[in-house]
Amino acid sequence: MSNDLQIILAGSFVATACGLLGCYLILRKMAMVGDAISHAVLPGIVLAFLFTGSRDSVTMVIGAGIIGVLTTFLIEFFHKKGKLQTDASIGVTFTWLFAIGVILISVFAGKVDLDQDCVLYGEIAYVPIDLWITDAGTVMGPRVLYISGTVLLIILVFIATGYKELFLTTFDPAYATAVGISTVLWHYLLMGAVSITTVASFESVGAILVVALLIAPPATAYLLTEDLFKMMVLTTIIGVLVSVSGYYLAVATDGSIAGAMATMAGLFFGLAFLFSPTEGYLVKKFRKEKAVMH
Amino acid sequence: METFLDFFSFSDPNVRYVVLGSILITASSAIVGSFTFLKKKALVGDAVAHAVLPGVCLSFILYGEKNPLVLIIGAFTTGWIALTLIDFISSKSKIKEDTAIGLILSVFFGIGIFLLTIIQKSGNAAQSGLDQFLFGKAASLVGSDLITFGLVAVLLLVAVYLFFKEFTLISFDKDFAASVGLPIRAMELILTTLTVLAVVVGIQAVGVVLMAAMLITPAAAARFWTEKIKVMIWLAAIFGAFSGISGAYISYVAPSMPTGPWIVIVISSIAFFSFFFAPGRGIIQRLLTQKRIKKHIVDENILKALYQLGEEEKNFFDKRTIETILSKRTLRRDLLIKSLKRLKREGYLKHSDGLWFFTTEGKNKGQRVVKLHRLWEVYLIQYLRIAPDHVHDDADTIEHVLTPELEARLEKLLNYPSTDPHKSEIPYE
Amino acid sequence: MITQVENPIVEIHDLTVSYDKKPVLWDVDLSLPKGHLIGIIGPNGAGKSTLIKSVMGLIPNSSGYIKLFDQDLSKVRGRISYVPQRETVDWDFPASVIDVVLMGRYGKLGLFKRPRKADIEVAMDCLRKVDMEAFKDRQISQLSGGQQQRVFLARALAQQADLYFMDEPFAGVDAATEKTIIKLLREMTERGNTVIVVHHDLQSVPQYFDWVIMLNMRLVASGPTESTFTSEILQETYGGKLTLLSEVGNLLKQGRFPSREQTEVKN
Repeated sequence: MSNDLQIILAGSFVATACGLLGCYLILRKMAMVGDAISHAVLPGIVLAFLFTGSRDSVTMVIGAGIIGVLTTFLIEFFHKKGKLQTDASIGVTFTWLFAIGVILISVFAGKVDLDQDCVLYGEIAYVPIDLWITDAGTVMGPRVLYISGTVLLIILVFIATGYKELFLTTFDPAYATAVGISTVLWHYLLMGAVSITTVASFESVGAILVVALLIAPPATAYLLTEDLFKMMVLTTIIGVLVSVSGYYLAVATDGSIAGAMATMAGLFFGLAFLFSPTEGYLVKKFRKEKAVMH
Repeated sequence: METFLDFFSFSDPNVRYVVLGSILITASSAIVGSFTFLKKKALVGDAVAHAVLPGVCLSFILYGEKNPLVLIIGAFTTGWIALTLIDFISSKSKIKEDTAIGLILSVFFGIGIFLLTIIQKSGNAAQSGLDQFLFGKAASLVGSDLITFGLVAVLLLVAVYLFFKEFTLISFDKDFAASVGLPIRAMELILTTLTVLAVVVGIQAVGVVLMAAMLITPAAAARFWTEKIKVMIWLAAIFGAFSGISGAYISYVAPSMPTGPWIVIVISSIAFFSFFFAPGRGIIQRLLTQKRIKKHIVDENILKALYQLGEEEKNFFDKRTIETILSKRTLRRDLLIKSLKRLKREGYLKHSDGLWFFTTEGKNKGQRVVKLHRLWEVYLIQYLRIAPDHVHDDADTIEHVLTPELEARLEKLLNYPSTDPHKSEIPYE
Repeated sequence: MITQVENPIVEIHDLTVSYDKKPVLWDVDLSLPKGHLIGIIGPNGAGKSTLIKSVMGLIPNSSGYIKLFDQDLSKVRGRISYVPQRETVDWDFPASVIDVVLMGRYGKLGLFKRPRKADIEVAMDCLRKVDMEAFKDRQISQLSGGQQQRVFLARALAQQADLYFMDEPFAGVDAATEKTIIKLLREMTERGNTVIVVHHDLQSVPQYFDWVIMLNMRLVASGPTESTFTSEILQETYGGKLTLLSEVGNLLKQGRFPSREQTEVKN
């Protein structure tokens, strides 16, 4: 596999996993909670590094998964017990956790193989040289590809098995409760899944640009279709397109790949916003003018 | 310790600049942030903060050096565009506001990072330090920077001072503000502009990534201490300024540390302390209040039981054993004893030879609880049409809640009934 | 005037429901007969929706208990259907009409199982009953208010329950839809199902319901329409607020009193 292809593949895995979960986040009006989780898992990642002394992925995913769910819990705790309005509760919680993460990185700069750049925009460019070598010395290929591939698989299985429950608890939580489906359980499962995905994506695209992949492709797909399943398929396609075009944009300009991916994700959204056949702003405007003229 | 003294003696003019600048910057973001907090638009501030990054980078690319004024103009422009886009997207399509915020935030930031990496690789020597906008560095404030940012901060404070009344009204009740003829759109425009400006100067100290904390957290913390908007804004400013000084100090003693995260840790600690310990709204205070109320209810119930025993035996001041009280009111023995001791301390009961009895105050208080209980039963039956055998539990709660004012209204409304539905006499003084 | 019945299908005992410690319904105590079309009537803020939400376990009770089919809700969920207010969901949601109606089968399907052919047939059947068969694949964002309500009704029918709770099914629907819905509800009760409806329009009450529950923060009356829906009881339900009651409610909220004494744990 060529280096280009490896990077693009890693980007596509990450973008797809994020986008699929993002569909549920934006439909639940929880986009900003996704944003908060992606920031808040940082201290979990750094601590996992410190304790295991390596990029042992399993510990990291578990550690950060717990922190992600904890973040959701804290936001609700301050909101319900402290009577703090939700937006402020989100803002206070994630900035605090993220700040702890950045400080931990500075304090343990020597011991932790992480730096602020990695936090901001990841190291997807290093995918081809960061190889998984088994104890026996066999070279298995890029480590990140395995991690992001596994997480994508987990997310696919999660959504496939819980499709119906996720659908109902998202669309009509009161009705879901009435027929005996636990909205709380599915809420936390989804948040756990978002945490795992953010952690796995973190090395590739950084903590903040994950948000672009969580929100922009599903938001674009949302403007193009009115069917949840199609929306998820479109999100996947857009995710791959973002990865491919972002990569080549970065190569052409010598900029950050993750930054370029976010830029392209924004561009695709802009196109859909203006030209979507059903929802596009210009399309609707044009139709109105036509209607007036007739 | 030495560095501490060095820093806080302010003998070094650089330190003076930095401290003054940090205070102005953090306090003014906290003040403007208070209004976005009250408008429940706290996360919009987060989006603007991230969105200024491409502006900073673009103005650098166009101008070729780090001129504070040029950077401000660039940051201001993209911050403004971001805000307008959020409004536009959420009002002109089915995309909801939270999605629009997250989208603009992350995409603008992504573009910013993209441009920043291009600048860094372009080899322009002047770019060094541009990445300080990411996590902030208060100590790098010097001379001309300080004058520019200080001026903007002063401008913010003056504007808030002038429009205080209007901002308060549009944050509290926009429709009412419109109905009294306030130019809502203009006011919102000014407030939005101030928010963007606050972000633009604030990123000097905390950086774009954590700027949201400077807008949201001081206001959230201050809200827990007061119900008055003026006090709240002052407190937010003080909390913000305090975290600003701390940041400047950390930046001074440990130049390799990013300042922003430390400022955020300081202000978050203040906020968490407020959430838990503030009087009135704090979580601990609420738990304590509930506990106090529970005790109060137990006490009143014991006085009520003693009064009822007195009624049965036509003697209110008889001495009673703990068993007798327990026969009237089921209660855990240890709770009962604690409560009896409390009532004695407060002068409602007396105690001799293991027996307990009323003082006059105690009898009066017990009588009032009994009266309220029976009055409420009458009220429930007459006004809520509840069956006589269902009113007791409810009255058991309400008897502890009614204020003397409501008591008087209840008596009048029911026209001083002499007995309750179970034919028990209602005792009046 | 509260008529209690033998072998009730719904039995509510001394129910108090609070939002943020402030009671919005006080001491409701009633029982309802099987096979009737029952209307819940009262002014705005009377607690009508609160009552059925509380029965469905969507908001916690401060005190009292509820029995359905003489059992706890958790044991009989499969026999009960709930139709929330139309505005509570986001109709921009990417779903088609048949998707929504199929949700009615989810409770019976259980975890992880997908709807089968038989479920789809039930769903189609229900769509036919509400005259929406032709709209099966239409996106829900394109429906009118009345059509949205019909879809919700079809979803409830697909549950094949015995007892139905509907929150304002007639709010904001066109006359044709209202007619279709009431006809369906009548058929359901004729088959022995019980339908309980939160209703707003006083004019149609005698025509629609054979049993009414009159609420205004407390239960004013519950009984057969002809004897209960009288001008005197209407006057009591709609005439004036119980200011004392709501002030006491506010006190409970501010003082953060527990709205029932839980302190004195029995020995």
